[in-house]
Amino acid sequence: MTELATFNDLQTAPRARLKLISTAFRYILLFAVGFVMLYPLIWLVGASFKTNSEIFAGAGFLPEKPTADGYIKGWQTSTPYTFGRFFWNSFQIILPKVIGTAISCTLTAYAFARFDFPLKKILFGSVIAILLLPNVVTRIPQYILFRDLGWLDSFLPLWVPSALAGDAFFVFMLVQFLRSLPTDMEEAARVDGANSIQTLIYIVVPMLAPALISVCLFQFMWTMNDFLGPLIYLSSVDKYPVSLALKLSIDTTEAFEWNRILAMSVLTIAPALIVFFAAQRYFIEGISSGGIKG
Amino acid sequence: MKMHRLLGLGYLTPYILGLLVFTAIPFGGSLYLSFTSYDLMSEPRWTGLANYERLFTRDRTFIKSLNVTLLYVFLTVPLKLAFALFIAAILNHKLMFIGLFRTAFYVPSILGGSIAIAVLWRYIFATEGLANMALATLGLSPVDWFGDPTNALFTITLLRCWQFGSAMVIFLAALQSIDRSLYEAAAIDGAGKVRTFFFITLPLLTPVIFFNLVMQMVQAFQEFNGPYIITQGGPLKATYLLPLYIYDEAFKKFNMGYASSIAWVLFTIVTALTLVAFWSSKKWVYYAGDKRS
Repeated sequence: MTELATFNDLQTAPRARLKLISTAFRYILLFAVGFVMLYPLIWLVGASFKTNSEIFAGAGFLPEKPTADGYIKGWQTSTPYTFGRFFWNSFQIILPKVIGTAISCTLTAYAFARFDFPLKKILFGSVIAILLLPNVVTRIPQYILFRDLGWLDSFLPLWVPSALAGDAFFVFMLVQFLRSLPTDMEEAARVDGANSIQTLIYIVVPMLAPALISVCLFQFMWTMNDFLGPLIYLSSVDKYPVSLALKLSIDTTEAFEWNRILAMSVLTIAPALIVFFAAQRYFIEGISSGGIKG
Repeated sequence: MKMHRLLGLGYLTPYILGLLVFTAIPFGGSLYLSFTSYDLMSEPRWTGLANYERLFTRDRTFIKSLNVTLLYVFLTVPLKLAFALFIAAILNHKLMFIGLFRTAFYVPSILGGSIAIAVLWRYIFATEGLANMALATLGLSPVDWFGDPTNALFTITLLRCWQFGSAMVIFLAALQSIDRSLYEAAAIDGAGKVRTFFFITLPLLTPVIFFNLVMQMVQAFQEFNGPYIITQGGPLKATYLLPLYIYDEAFKKFNMGYASSIAWVLFTIVTALTLVAFWSSKKWVYYAGDKRS
């Protein structure tokens, strides 16, 4: 080694060590935060296989005597229905809501991003207004409206507003996405004689697909998690979605049957978790591009 | 081109229908109801400002609930955003497994408002729950999380801070889009890490900080699931946020008029704060290419 190289090494060594320490510090912090983030969920899954006496006995997540008791008894519920029924109810809300959202928000975004029409500024302003409007304000008259329509205790109030592009956030996200896409393909289609509907279906929708998938995934998650809507509009137990059913099982069994509650909590979040891990790319991209609540 | 102009409105039909039926008309309706007494049985009865007068002069529960709500929002939103920004800044270095960490930090946000998570929170902060066991391992004495009014509200704040993931992802995306040459220029000028962060990174992040701030604030004012499941508004109404009060008045007692007036007070506060944010943003939000700045 030449003298100069040795000299340089001596100069850079402390800086390299400093960098190493700072990197190590970052990793330790990230692992610590990650642990705090995820341990409650890991504990939840572990504790759902514990016996009731073991749940509050220690902080570990591994059950000593694993039992599926919580799942078996929790699934039966204290109602005449099993949890399968409640999942089916959730599904009956989610399916029309997701499809309706995808179609209506695509049409709305297409109009805002690709057409010029009277009142456009005001109408787009209304999208932003709805985005910032606290739902609390419109909830009571909506309830009265649904009562007058005879929709109380049905699934309709839970999905019809969304099927009319009521979730401004998704409209906003799709408009932003569509505006960033070039229009030359659409123009080529128009020159070839395609009308605007054909252009929408054959050109725009395929290009919009990644954003549309994000929309559907988020709507799925939020509907699965929605609690206040079903709480207000549904009164008969046979129509309860899983969120309400879980609340019901807390009210009826929590005093003693903890593992049932935890087991059903795991089942409630399982669909959302599976969908998230299967398609996380779309979630992260969706938020980064549009910004999202949550 | 006349045809073309109306075509856009044609595609907008579902949206306009929804806007009128589910937002605009209910919006006006709730303002009207807030000046009435209405129990769903008989017709609404006009009572003028009576509801508002009762709210601000005789309703102790409302004043308490209003204070708790403001405390909750001003505690939760800054904590959550500061934490999200801090973690995003750490993730914004060339580290291995960044994707993995990002995913892990985002999982709680996905489960967000889920009832299951609120249930889990009750177990974690129970007297013999995970939180107190963790404190015991650190040699600290257990905390009465749900029995003490201040602690009870804080458990809900913690729940929402735990869900910092979506704000973090937005911050991270913005951080990654910052031009690296700016940092190099700052380094050549001799700026240290802290100075660089406060004089380069932070100003460039103000648009997303502003966005996150407004969205998180509007959302925090509507918090319902957390206090409803975890603390039922207690103890001593310490977590009885305004949305809970509105729910009880409207859907338990069927005082639709009175509940509407509470909703309008909440709406006025949120709107006023949003306007303040927008108005002040001219002074502190930096938009690239904006000549004024």
